[in-house]
Amino acid sequence: MTLISAAIAAPASAPAGARHPPGDLAIWVFILAELLAFGVFFTTYVVTRMKNVPLFDEMQLTLDRNAGALNTVLLITGSWCVARSVAAIQIDEKVKSARWLLWGIFAGAGFLVVKVFEYSAKFAAGVNLATNTFYMFYLSLTFFHFMHVILGMVILLAVWWKARQGGYSAADHHGLETGASYWHMVDLVWIVLFPLVYVMR
Amino acid sequence: MNARRLDIIWLVLVAGTLLTWWMGESGSAGPAAVLGILAIAAVKGILIIRDFMALRGVKFFWPAMVIGWLLLVLTIIMAAYWKGL
Repeated sequence: MTLISAAIAAPASAPAGARHPPGDLAIWVFILAELLAFGVFFTTYVVTRMKNVPLFDEMQLTLDRNAGALNTVLLITGSWCVARSVAAIQIDEKVKSARWLLWGIFAGAGFLVVKVFEYSAKFAAGVNLATNTFYMFYLSLTFFHFMHVILGMVILLAVWWKARQGGYSAADHHGLETGASYWHMVDLVWIVLFPLVYVMR
Repeated sequence: MNARRLDIIWLVLVAGTLLTWWMGESGSAGPAAVLGILAIAAVKGILIIRDFMALRGVKFFWPAMVIGWLLLVLTIIMAAYWKGL
């Protein structure tokens, strides 16, 4: 009896430090590749800044720091909503889990709306990739991240679609965790991007 | 994952963001300010990695890679800032 229950319990209660990351292993390989790409981008930014400090400091003041901070809060909130979604499905609260996912998607949409307003203000002021080195980086780096927010939202929408049909349960929510992991990566990258581009000087 | 814990972490992350924003608004600049701003980013990032990404208690390789990425990137940023002074 004890043996049987131990055998049944074994996969779920793997000791700390021996568990696999949540979701599909392939998404984690992808996450590491994404982090590497952003890492190279950030490094190129700071090295270029190092050689153009007065320009970068002057141009940073033309950014909308309030919009950047608001977007940080939106991504953090979206990440939190999706973490709550996973927590809900772990105790088999299917409706709650789907609802938290939807809030996470709304937070992501809010981020995109704020960013579009930010971009259009800059474009209206005549800013483009050729304006100067700072704006070349600002536009390409934030747009590269913008595309990742969109991809994250597409994944979350697919996961939400399955979740609202009761496709996940406490016993099986691998797909939900896979989408969640990617979404948190998008948040994590912005946690570095915001202070780097908008604040530090 | 405990829901209360997630809520508290969300509050800490928002507080850290407001603090970073306020440092920008108050015109904080210089090595000490940048070190502070990057330290806040490190704390926020580690909380996201361990609790939202749920890498707490996962095989060493994964949290080590992701936290290692975060700390390496922040160190490079600080080093380049320092060199550009």
